[in-house]
Amino acid sequence: MSTAPPAPRGPRSVEVLRAMIARPSGAIGLTLVGLHLLMAVLSPWIVPYDYKAMDATITLAGPSPAHWLGTDHLGRDVLTRMMLGGREALLVTGTATPVALIWGGLLGVYLGLKGGWRDEVAMRLVDAFLALPGILPLLVLITVFGSGGEVLMPTLAFFFGIPVIRVARAAAHEVVARDFVSAARARGHHPLDIVRRELLPNVTDTLLVEGAMRWSWMLLGFSALSFLGFGVSPPKPDWGLMISDARVYMSLAPLGVIAPVIALSTLIIGINLSADALAKTLGLDRSRKAVI
Amino acid sequence: MAGTPPLIDIRKLCVGFRGRAGAILPVLHEVDLTVCRGESIGIVGESGSGKSTLALAAMGYLKHGLQKISGDVIYDGAEMFGRSPADLARIRGGQLGLIPQNSGQALTPTMRIGTQIREALHLHCAMSEGEHATRARDLLAQVRLPDPEAILRRYPHELSGGQQQRVAIAMALAGEPDALLLDEPTTGLDVTTQAHILELLRELARVRNMAMVYVSHDLGVIARVCDRVQVLYAGETVLEGPTRAVLREPAHPYARGLLASIPRLGEQTLPRALDGRPPGPNGPREGCAFAPRCALATQDCRAATPPMIEGGADQMTRCLYPDRVDEITGDQAGNAPHGCAEGSPCALDLAEVSIRYDRPGLFDRLRGAPRPPATVDGIDLHLRQGETIGLVGESGSGKSTILKAIAGLLPPASGQITLGDGTALPAAVETRRPDQLRRIQMIFQNPDDSLNPRQSVGEILAQPLRLYFGLRDKALRDRAVALLDTVRLGAPYLERRPGQLSGGEKQRVAVARAFAAGPEIVLCDEITSALDVSVQAAVLDLLNDLKAAHKTAFVFVSHDLTVVRALSDRVAVLYQGRICEFGPAAAVYGAPSHPYTAVLLNAVLTPDPDHAPRLMAEDVLELSPPARGCPFQRRCPVKCGTICDTDAPPARETGDGHVIRCHIPLDELCAKQTGEPPKS
Ligand SMILES: Nc1ncnc2c1ncn2[C@@H]1O[C@H](COP(=O)(O)OP(=O)(O)OP(=O)(O)O)[C@@H](O)[C@H]1O
Ligand code: SF4
Ligand code: SF4
Ligand SMILES: [Mg+2]
Repeated sequence: MSTAPPAPRGPRSVEVLRAMIARPSGAIGLTLVGLHLLMAVLSPWIVPYDYKAMDATITLAGPSPAHWLGTDHLGRDVLTRMMLGGREALLVTGTATPVALIWGGLLGVYLGLKGGWRDEVAMRLVDAFLALPGILPLLVLITVFGSGGEVLMPTLAFFFGIPVIRVARAAAHEVVARDFVSAARARGHHPLDIVRRELLPNVTDTLLVEGAMRWSWMLLGFSALSFLGFGVSPPKPDWGLMISDARVYMSLAPLGVIAPVIALSTLIIGINLSADALAKTLGLDRSRKAVI
Repeated sequence: MAGTPPLIDIRKLCVGFRGRAGAILPVLHEVDLTVCRGESIGIVGESGSGKSTLALAAMGYLKHGLQKISGDVIYDGAEMFGRSPADLARIRGGQLGLIPQNSGQALTPTMRIGTQIREALHLHCAMSEGEHATRARDLLAQVRLPDPEAILRRYPHELSGGQQQRVAIAMALAGEPDALLLDEPTTGLDVTTQAHILELLRELARVRNMAMVYVSHDLGVIARVCDRVQVLYAGETVLEGPTRAVLREPAHPYARGLLASIPRLGEQTLPRALDGRPPGPNGPREGCAFAPRCALATQDCRAATPPMIEGGADQMTRCLYPDRVDEITGDQAGNAPHGCAEGSPCALDLAEVSIRYDRPGLFDRLRGAPRPPATVDGIDLHLRQGETIGLVGESGSGKSTILKAIAGLLPPASGQITLGDGTALPAAVETRRPDQLRRIQMIFQNPDDSLNPRQSVGEILAQPLRLYFGLRDKALRDRAVALLDTVRLGAPYLERRPGQLSGGEKQRVAVARAFAAGPEIVLCDEITSALDVSVQAAVLDLLNDLKAAHKTAFVFVSHDLTVVRALSDRVAVLYQGRICEFGPAAAVYGAPSHPYTAVLLNAVLTPDPDHAPRLMAEDVLELSPPARGCPFQRRCPVKCGTICDTDAPPARETGDGHVIRCHIPLDELCAKQTGEPPKS
């Protein structure tokens, strides 16, 4: 029996990352996301001004050597606020997304394996929930519990986990039907072992892509809440809040709106492009539309 | 066909892909293929030999990543690769039809058959909607589907595998093709269905004077339908000649090996496996590609690629010693299967097992609605230690269902399964004790599906070893390596993932995983049907050795009668979940037979140019077994009257534990079988 030498391979994550970068969408997307993360981490040390510092003499000023992107209606530096404006959003959504993915994913996989009436009931509930117009239930919860990061994080994690259930369940269903799961059942492994060893590794790809998508939706949701005044409370800088504040003065100082919009959209586009490259690299067909 | 120019003419075609290092790796190397109108050519080779690539290239199509390096593909006088896309679209599916592998299953599941055929018609012939309907009916009638009107309204899942395949053929005929390319047209179909489909194709080719190109790894299929055969090995034609000559006196050692690896009905020996496997596309191309596996190889063979030379009996062969090919077989007969001693202790006992899939709803139960007959009923089997019981029957006969019940995946509705030591086996896998679970292991049909693609071979083998023996670290690894050695793989495979293994290697890993538990009973569900004949022979050989070494009992399920014959001590023939005939293999395969067994045996194809299958019952889709009488009543060619519809047939014993369940007395059955084939 001729034995060909085993093909040496690096860890799968490294390989996937490399393949993602090889695609134009992946290269652009990952660069955008990387730059945003870098900016979020470093901005407290590199911003030119204090984000709270008001200057009544230069309200709504245009770009100048001192204020590259001008100032807002309180005379605060727009560039500073734009650079800092993603921190809260990234922190909250960056925590809420994995949480949503984990609880939605585990529940979905469990339902997919178990089937039966539990599955029926749970899926009807999920369907009913998904039929509600997106932001409405969020608003209700926030009016009850109040706004701020500590409320938004669990709220977003909860709501964005629900569609994940559906995706994880569908993915698990496909895997459960395969013979290696039957083989594991026939050997008599504990159901949790089957979930951990057989199911999860085969649904993580789907979940990762789903997670990236959910993240961009969640960012948009978070910014929308801020825009409506339910998210970050002033004077903390936040893109949604900045857009909301500056939109009244749009004709006087358009950069006050344009700057946070560009910041938000480049981040979202970056995430979407990365998700797309990830899906293609992993060989998953992503028929969902991009956000925006 | 001399005089007329060939319809398909491929000359010195080289196809390759660009490897990682940038070099072009060949998939086909200077392959020629000529097919005239009215001629049938078979292309034979192992998986990976490039046979599908060649057939697709005839359509001017190459799979993604492949490129034509040199050579010509001429169809009807003009080069295919130089044509415009519009021209190609007109020819493909029109004058040149393709029936891809598993085409029956590739029908769109959500569309009615009628709609799908009309779409095919719409693409390739200009006619009115009204004419389409008539033409669709004609086409279905041409492929001999009963009641075309009804079929047009059905969805694919409402048809049997054979009927789906007929529909796929009808769709390929929609464009009035001059030539048909068929990629494994009957692989995965039942013996009876396969024989019927091949008869149909032969007839169609004759009536319409079509050129046919069959691609298959199965020489039995080729023997039945082709005039000439071309054998591919590692992307090269190694043998070309008339079917009869190639089957009777092949002038190439590889063809000889392929023939020997086919299990035969008449022999109770294991087919002989070809050792080793073909070189990959990145192997060195010096000397004869078959040399590492060839018994005749000499220094000259390895020095330079042998040229195509005359091999006698009108064959062209790429072998230096075509005259010495006969020398190979004589000294190496296939291994005999290891039987079990008469009166060995019992390993497993099934008593009156019946299994149902239907779960009546609350409403049905309140109403007291009659339940449909059980899917599987009245199964009595007594498996001895070290014995192999074969279960044969067509698709849907309940073979897998019985295995699932034994494995505890599908608790039976009634009946009892008992282990050898007399302990009753709890029905559901969740309620079985670990030692009971360990003693019964299962191997599945498709290794692509039964091995977790995310686990390495080491992790796959670790699952049972950890679960049943609590092995860890070094002990675990040592045991895994030992297991890999027993299945003739080895330690280098530990780190590989299923995606990096060939089909045969995957199935070996699956076998190793089952044996990791140290089982007493191994359930094998069609474990060779996804494999090439040569690989199949190797896997059968392996099972036979393991059986001898471990005294393991097997329940071996297959729709392939020859494979079951090769390995089994006793055989049960199933129809619609009921055992029709049971007994020692020699008795079941000899006369007298149950009428259903006779139908199956007659339909078996053998790689013998003079052997024609005798077809009897047409394949029909039976969704549920009849409520009363003989399960085979609707298809039985020798049915003896209403008694078959009303009374369950008696069990007639011929002695030796051979039982036939039929109303016809044994001597009459015997006469019917050896005499004239009854009218179909
Ligand atoms: N999950 C299911 N639900 C309902 N009916 C089923 C199910 N699985 C199989 N059946 C039915 O049970 C019968 C026996 O099926 P089974 O899979 O055991 O056949 P088989 O002999 O293994 O066939 P094959 O050769 O195609 O594998 C068939 O009529 C099939 O349609
Ligand atoms: S050329 Fe030599 S090695 Fe090749 S098949 Fe013929 S005898 Fe065997
Ligand atoms: S009992 Fe009747 S229907 Fe059944 S096999 Fe015998 S003759 Fe045919
Ligand atoms: Mg089956």
